[in-house]
Amino acid sequence: MNARDRILARIREALTVPAPKPGSHGHAQEHDGGHGHGDSSAGTRPIGFRNRPVHVARAWLPQGGSTPAEHLARFAAASAELKTDFRCVDSEAEAHAALRRIADDEGWRRVASHHHAMTDAAVAALGRPALFTDGGYPPDDLEACEAGITTCDVLVAQTGSLVVNSRSSGGRALSVLPPHHVVLARRDQLVSDLTDAFQRVEALHGQQWPSMISLVTGPSRTGDIERILVLGAHGPKKLTVLMW
Amino acid sequence: MSIAAQQFLEAAGSITRNLRHRGLIQTALRKYEAARDRKKSAFNDWSAARQSAAETKWDAINHLDTYLVEFASKLEARGTKVHWCPTGPEARDTIRGIIRDAQAKCIVKSKAMTAEEIHLNEALEKDGFEVVESDLGEFIVQLRQEPPYHIVFPAMHLTRDEISDLFERELGSAPTREPEELTMIARRALRRKYLQADVGITGANFAIAETGMVSITENEGNARLTSALPRVMVTLLGIEKVLPKLEDLALFLPLLATAGAGQTVTGYNTLYGGPRQPGESDGPTEWHVVLLDNRRTELLADPEQRDALHCIRCGACLNVCPIFRNVGGHTYGTTYSGPVGSVITPHLRGLQDWKHLSNASSLCGACTEACPVKIDLHHHLLQNRRNAVGDAPSWIERLAWRAHAFVVNTPALYQFAQEVGRIVEPLRKRLQGTPLDPVQSWTRTRDLPPVAGESFKEWWRNRR
Repeated sequence: MNARDRILARIREALTVPAPKPGSHGHAQEHDGGHGHGDSSAGTRPIGFRNRPVHVARAWLPQGGSTPAEHLARFAAASAELKTDFRCVDSEAEAHAALRRIADDEGWRRVASHHHAMTDAAVAALGRPALFTDGGYPPDDLEACEAGITTCDVLVAQTGSLVVNSRSSGGRALSVLPPHHVVLARRDQLVSDLTDAFQRVEALHGQQWPSMISLVTGPSRTGDIERILVLGAHGPKKLTVLMW
Repeated sequence: MSIAAQQFLEAAGSITRNLRHRGLIQTALRKYEAARDRKKSAFNDWSAARQSAAETKWDAINHLDTYLVEFASKLEARGTKVHWCPTGPEARDTIRGIIRDAQAKCIVKSKAMTAEEIHLNEALEKDGFEVVESDLGEFIVQLRQEPPYHIVFPAMHLTRDEISDLFERELGSAPTREPEELTMIARRALRRKYLQADVGITGANFAIAETGMVSITENEGNARLTSALPRVMVTLLGIEKVLPKLEDLALFLPLLATAGAGQTVTGYNTLYGGPRQPGESDGPTEWHVVLLDNRRTELLADPEQRDALHCIRCGACLNVCPIFRNVGGHTYGTTYSGPVGSVITPHLRGLQDWKHLSNASSLCGACTEACPVKIDLHHHLLQNRRNAVGDAPSWIERLAWRAHAFVVNTPALYQFAQEVGRIVEPLRKRLQGTPLDPVQSWTRTRDLPPVAGESFKEWWRNRR
């Protein structure tokens, strides 16, 4: 019997004895919330058993709002708390102007990006040398770039997060190796909460998953020294989201 | 008494008197509590969310075989190599083999408690490989050659001055009192390592069966870099990490972040579904997922405590535990400390050697209250005590209780004992806790109420 079968056999043997269902163990019954008291053995539960399915659980989580205006307000508030530089502008041209100002202020010499209609236009408007990661790149060159400019799949009002992936956002390193990550986004990419975000990601990629999907929430951070917040631990010190 | 128990007692005795340590931990945890409470209050219903998480994990753990097979086959379909390892040594040898085959020199690693559990770094270093911890806290404790102090905050026991001295000594950096400066010193040191490393080793927070993906939670971006630049990636995870569906993360990511660190969600939550896929610009060409049992199936076989496998390693139970706050993380001498460590270590490493941890508890239940997946931690501590006594009864204790029962059940004898108690009371008070006291190891740190001058019976008789 190989190791896989040995582990599976041990699991199956262990599971022949049923365990009490959640919320009913020992003296914790008062927390059961009144669900499932009548049920006895747990071992007979079908796979996928839930008293409350997950799409119902979202009602108990922090909320992202129900209208686009609420989503925008919630995303802006979350960004401020996370120290994400979030700017919602009226047009793509305004976003490019904002990007040029940031580049001038920070003295960017070279930026990194990937090919996409939005990023191509932004890089062209920036008028600076650019490294495109598509099809492979020397890691040292990417490390030397002052900014990484990417698109994203979806933005989440509830948490102030955005989702990048290894196929359509320039690979695994572009959004995390340069010290400044700039995300270009459209307003219709902003959804209410994580449940919506995962559904959107599945609709986009479910047929053929990229090897990496990352939910990015604010710039890189650490509190490992005396629980004092420091930005830019290993990833970007700055995260800018330009939305129009 | 086991060696582990003796070491625990000695370490606990000295650290509880250390005011500097106490101050550091109290300050850090007060900050944590304030942040956690603020984030908890953003939930519409925290306790309903916990219940839902407990049910989801119950489903995952009680159908573990089905979900693990689904998880592994989905991973393999996209070119990932899945290794099943029943024991720690087997996992260690598997990873050593992968690294030898890759002809690696430098290895960069992001935080993985399972790697601590199987002492992976020591094994790799003995083979002559350089292993660099990339999480800032882990990097610091690695330089100090000590284990992490806390499963989420590894360097919580150190001041900025100590860290500055350490960096000066080990990295040759200039002394500084600024946490930001210190962080940048580590950032610069590690940047080169990400670019040089041939192999990246990570842990994992969740294993998604439905899509065959691993989810890694972190704040710093070090796990993202560890899994982006080296050509070989190794992910080590316990078999209990399974979640059935991708959308389960919509619940578990906020719960983990809120309970663990007082955040809405952690900085980076990254799903990995395979090595570099056709058309992608970077990422490892090889990905190995190492599934570790290491006696988790023993815990699974105990239906009473099976829910301890629901643990998502958020550290919330450590943070609220009065014992942890007094004795600190290193005193436990275990990979997993605090209440959950006290519950699972006897299953993972032997009940008789580690039963003392279940006794080091006030049974206040703060851990059970804090647990985001509703593990019945403090009752499990009681069950460990019961099981330990059942397996290896103490004849002296048993005899003492028999004698006690006989005395209190025999009125004449009980009355006689009271009389004797009253006569020896002044002597007892003097002797308590001194070397002449036969039970001094108990009474040294505990008070016995004085024997009453008059029993209730006598009091009643005199008033009637």
